[in-house]
Amino acid sequence: MADLANRTSPLSGFHGGSSTVRLEAAPPAERISLRARAEDVAALSSALGVDLPVRPKASASAHGRSALWLGPDEWLVIAEANGGLMQAAKNSGALHSATDVSHRNTAILVSGPGAAAAINAGCPQDLSLKVFPVGACSRTILGKVEIVLLRTVEDAFRVEVWRSFSDYAFGLLAEGAQDAAV
Amino acid sequence: MLLIHCPYCEEDRSELEFRWAGEAHIARPENISAISDEEFAEYFFLRNNEKGLTYERWRHIHGCGRFFNAARDTVSDRFLTTYKAGMPKQLLPETGASEKTVETYEATEGDAR
Ligand SMILES: [Zn+2]
Repeated sequence: MADLANRTSPLSGFHGGSSTVRLEAAPPAERISLRARAEDVAALSSALGVDLPVRPKASASAHGRSALWLGPDEWLVIAEANGGLMQAAKNSGALHSATDVSHRNTAILVSGPGAAAAINAGCPQDLSLKVFPVGACSRTILGKVEIVLLRTVEDAFRVEVWRSFSDYAFGLLAEGAQDAAV
Repeated sequence: MLLIHCPYCEEDRSELEFRWAGEAHIARPENISAISDEEFAEYFFLRNNEKGLTYERWRHIHGCGRFFNAARDTVSDRFLTTYKAGMPKQLLPETGASEKTVETYEATEGDAR
């Protein structure tokens, strides 16, 4: 019997940052891209155990799951690895589209007093606490790649990025971290 | 950098998150197999390409992903208003922007030798 292939994280072994910014690869996670109509949000929320937010840039977290508003009928739901998201969505009985994107994305955790400045090296959004408070999330761009940004605490962000772009995103954030420390 | 108001995200966002998607308010003919070649060409190929106030579709592709409509002045590059897809054309008064208020190539370089 052939040896089983081992899955490796695209950012395995990456580390970086500066005196004011820490960059690290996030642990493996389960993710679904979820699309649903407004009338099915309640059923999906109760099945997933987390309220799907219906306001722009809003996120919600409960029971180890986070739901990020991406668009009027679109969410990114993130859970710890093997979190059973696909089955939970199916159990809702509501009309929806769920796609497992666990391994399409990886994530970079950016923290420290210079975290916002490091991200702003390649991201045009206003990351002041007034406009992008704790819990705010958005699909946006970082340099030439698309990311989903989530502010987890005042000085920490989760940057979700497609795995084939993660090398570039990490490199750009490392440059931004250097600049943020100047 | 231009800021564009997304009617779905309800805030101004950088132009880098958006993509232009052609002229707005072009209705697909309901009897498309019955119309003449000229009528099809008018619907499918011919655009007004207006100088000044123009109505366009834009997509917040690196944001909420939605298409929406925008009224924009092609002389000043100014976005006059944006509104959700499906809403009727938002009529606007004359914009006030004109060739005189904008530095065009012709105005600044037209007589250059
Ligand atoms: Zn938007």
